Amino acid sequence: MTAGAFDDHHPPAAELIKDCVHCGFCLPSCPTYLLWGEEMDSPRGRIQLMKAGLEGEPLSESMVGHFDACLGCMACVPACPSGVQYGTLIADTRAQVERRYERSLSQRLLRGAIFWLFPYPRRLRALRGPLALYQRSGLSRWLRRTKLLDRLPATLQVMESLIPTLTRRQQLPQWVPAQRQRRAVVGMLTGCVQDALFPDVNAATARVLAAEGCAVVIPRGQGCCGALSQHSGREDEAITFARALIDCFDAAGVDYIVVNAAGCGSAMKEYAHLLRDDSHYAPRARAFVERTRDISELLAELGPIAPRHPLNITIAYHDACHLAHAQQIRSQPRQLLHAIPGLTLTEIPEAHLCCGSAGIYNLLHPKPATELGDRKARNLLTTGASVLVTGNPGCSMQIAASARRLGHPLTVTHLASVLDASIRGVPLCDPSSAPTTPAHQNR
Amino acid sequence: MTYRGAKLAVLAAELSAVVGPDGVIADRQRLRTYECDGLAQYRVVPGLVVLPESAEQVVAVVRACAALGVAFVARGSGTGLSGGALPHAEGVLIVTSRMRRILEVDPANERAIVEPGVINLDVTKAAEPYGWYFAPDPSSQQVCSVGGNVAENSGGAHCLKYGFTTHHVLGVEVVTPEGELVWLGGTTRDVAGYDLLGAFIGSEGTLGIATKIVVRLMRTPESVRCLLAAFPGVDEAGAAVSAIIADGVTPAAIEMMDALAIEAAEAAVACGYPEGAGAVLIVELDGPAAEVEHTFAAVRQHCTAAGAFEIRVARDADERARFWKGRKSAFAAVGRISPDYIVQDGVIPRTVLPDVLRRITELSAGTGVRVANVFHAGDGNLHPLVLFDEAKPGEAQAAEQLSGAILDLCISYGGSITGEHGVGIDKACHMPRMFTTDDLDVMQRLRRAFDPAGICNPGKVFPTPRLCGEVPGKRKGVHPLQAAGLAEQF
Repeated sequence: MTAGAFDDHHPPAAELIKDCVHCGFCLPSCPTYLLWGEEMDSPRGRIQLMKAGLEGEPLSESMVGHFDACLGCMACVPACPSGVQYGTLIADTRAQVERRYERSLSQRLLRGAIFWLFPYPRRLRALRGPLALYQRSGLSRWLRRTKLLDRLPATLQVMESLIPTLTRRQQLPQWVPAQRQRRAVVGMLTGCVQDALFPDVNAATARVLAAEGCAVVIPRGQGCCGALSQHSGREDEAITFARALIDCFDAAGVDYIVVNAAGCGSAMKEYAHLLRDDSHYAPRARAFVERTRDISELLAELGPIAPRHPLNITIAYHDACHLAHAQQIRSQPRQLLHAIPGLTLTEIPEAHLCCGSAGIYNLLHPKPATELGDRKARNLLTTGASVLVTGNPGCSMQIAASARRLGHPLTVTHLASVLDASIRGVPLCDPSSAPTTPAHQNR
Repeated sequence: MTYRGAKLAVLAAELSAVVGPDGVIADRQRLRTYECDGLAQYRVVPGLVVLPESAEQVVAVVRACAALGVAFVARGSGTGLSGGALPHAEGVLIVTSRMRRILEVDPANERAIVEPGVINLDVTKAAEPYGWYFAPDPSSQQVCSVGGNVAENSGGAHCLKYGFTTHHVLGVEVVTPEGELVWLGGTTRDVAGYDLLGAFIGSEGTLGIATKIVVRLMRTPESVRCLLAAFPGVDEAGAAVSAIIADGVTPAAIEMMDALAIEAAEAAVACGYPEGAGAVLIVELDGPAAEVEHTFAAVRQHCTAAGAFEIRVARDADERARFWKGRKSAFAAVGRISPDYIVQDGVIPRTVLPDVLRRITELSAGTGVRVANVFHAGDGNLHPLVLFDEAKPGEAQAAEQLSGAILDLCISYGGSITGEHGVGIDKACHMPRMFTTDDLDVMQRLRRAFDPAGICNPGKVFPTPRLCGEVPGKRKGVHPLQAAGLAEQF
């Protein structure tokens, strides 16, 4: 297969494309179709383009543009009555695009910079100092006041708007013992963005797991799970990250690997597919996937043992796409929130719709991402909730930024932080109430 | 560049000025994403796609086409099942997916005004807070457009009690094929003069393009009750339907699915219908609570008497939605049990239902082509799903033949070749089986009164010399029948 958009190394599979009967049920679920109302920016249209590519159409700039415009939110997957595996199709297509299509110099530089920085926890952590200085020195306010910020490139403006207020980061111990009876030994992924920008979420996750009877292993030097690379078609890079993470957690000897970021969890559950050609890692990847759980999934599976204290707040829960659509985890977080006395849970209109964060989508496609973020924030504001809970750091930053832009700053937090507050009986989102170190001893 | 190609290039430039450059699609790859609607076996790459955002833009686009004599086809969400929105290879596809504003919801006057690209279910969502809804509910209601509903006179499960789209549209603003902007009907229940609105609704895009639609809203019923009854086979289920209707009960809907359709739905959405059922009925009653309670008991009794071995009553809205989920996803779900399939749409008098089903079973057994049956049993609207695998030689043809034979069966029992999907391109060749030449001539004259130049969705509804099953597209040279002097093209 030399002509056409794709080469022989895992092109989007004709058999999977054939599953699409062109019924159009995916259209209203697709964020880009909602924005632009165009067939080629819908799942059905993109599948049609893949088919055209297999039939000999070249990988043109416009074709690549429509694949790139897909947020990868997977909302079309549960919407499809014919069971089309769009996730696999777009992943295979993206890998082909990355390998076979040369982007413009500016795009290559931008992507290069993003992938130099984000998948490396140490590099991200190194940015904490300068960022904190930027936030506290008044430079941020000055840039805004003088409108100088508006002159920066769109991607930098978006990045600037996304950065949350940094809280103190404590080094997590490598071993947190279970409180009460020990029900499982779990390895915890600390992530890249989560670790650098939301260290309090990781600390809360470890405390909640311990309180619920899990001994928590937090391997030092764990790297990136490769989610951003995998979701952007950088196959080789994703494979390298995946192998290293499998090695890391296999060595830890844990029952489960727990993730508190939806994008990471969904990528890790794809390891078996990603490493399907690697005879050494393929079986290990399958075992790894078996043991991987989102924090909400594991807590719901184990059932609560730690008593909850009341939290008298109204919360809106936002389904992260990579939790709800990619991992079908919708009921577990709600169930855990419902179980907190005094807490009122509200649903957000158009809940299925992506907030526009979508990994690095908001950096690569700032305009549609911002439109989606603002749409999500407006929908959210109709609920009257004062706190937003979600299971993905990207969503947290995106929705918080949109709410700020609309003039309604919100408290955005993670499920783990809410559970932690309820278990410890402290008010939510009060950093001063966090213990200086999580309960721990060295193994 | 051909003469027609040059015309399209001129049009593309002209229309960019009207709708903006991102509203015109001329690139081959992008055009290919519009090559078919919900009936994917017919594919034609359009000459040009235009995405207008207002009635004024549609007027300008149609006028530009009319001035150059270029054919145009209107398309909404592209979910039609008769190829009604199949593009024209040398024409313009006018897509209404960016005209999706709900302009007014006026519960006091029981109406809403919407643009044609608005999704059917979104009308109900907008009216719901006031206690109203839009009654036509095609199975694709979460994605199909109101403009498309008007073109196809769409029905749905609940049209047994509430009627088709034509009963729920008070008026439409239409761009005629000559580019005039006119109103047919109005904003009130009845207007003086000829019922041109009646002619327009269901005209399958051949009389113009709707740009605003005044839809009638209905009060959300006080009470809705729904049951799922499982029968050993379709005969028993059919008998139950007849008994219910004979008793004077008008349910909001009676839907039937046979064993193969149930298997597909289970595979797709795990709807959890009773195991071992040869047929299931979904019966829904709505209206004032007291009336619904009374008739619901009668319906249960009729089902039991006819041989239902299990009856489930929906306890709440969630369970009711689960009953419907299997039914509403059935067409697309068949993709799970067969690589390819034809969704057929025919109508028969309700009383002959068991006979016709038996004949379909015989036809299926005789040819080895599997048929799954889903239908609006209450009004005799059949949707046989004819299964085949295109990859296996001869299967597609056999399926096509069986599918045609089912329509002949419908006609022979005094029915019709379409209940709600329309004639489009798919059934144009069946029209002469149902209508005489005189009938078709009269229809053509009506059409020509609106579209004298014959540029508005040409090639649809009426038979052309094209042979049945021949895939349309760019014609190369003169059609053989035309060359032989046996047919003429119009």
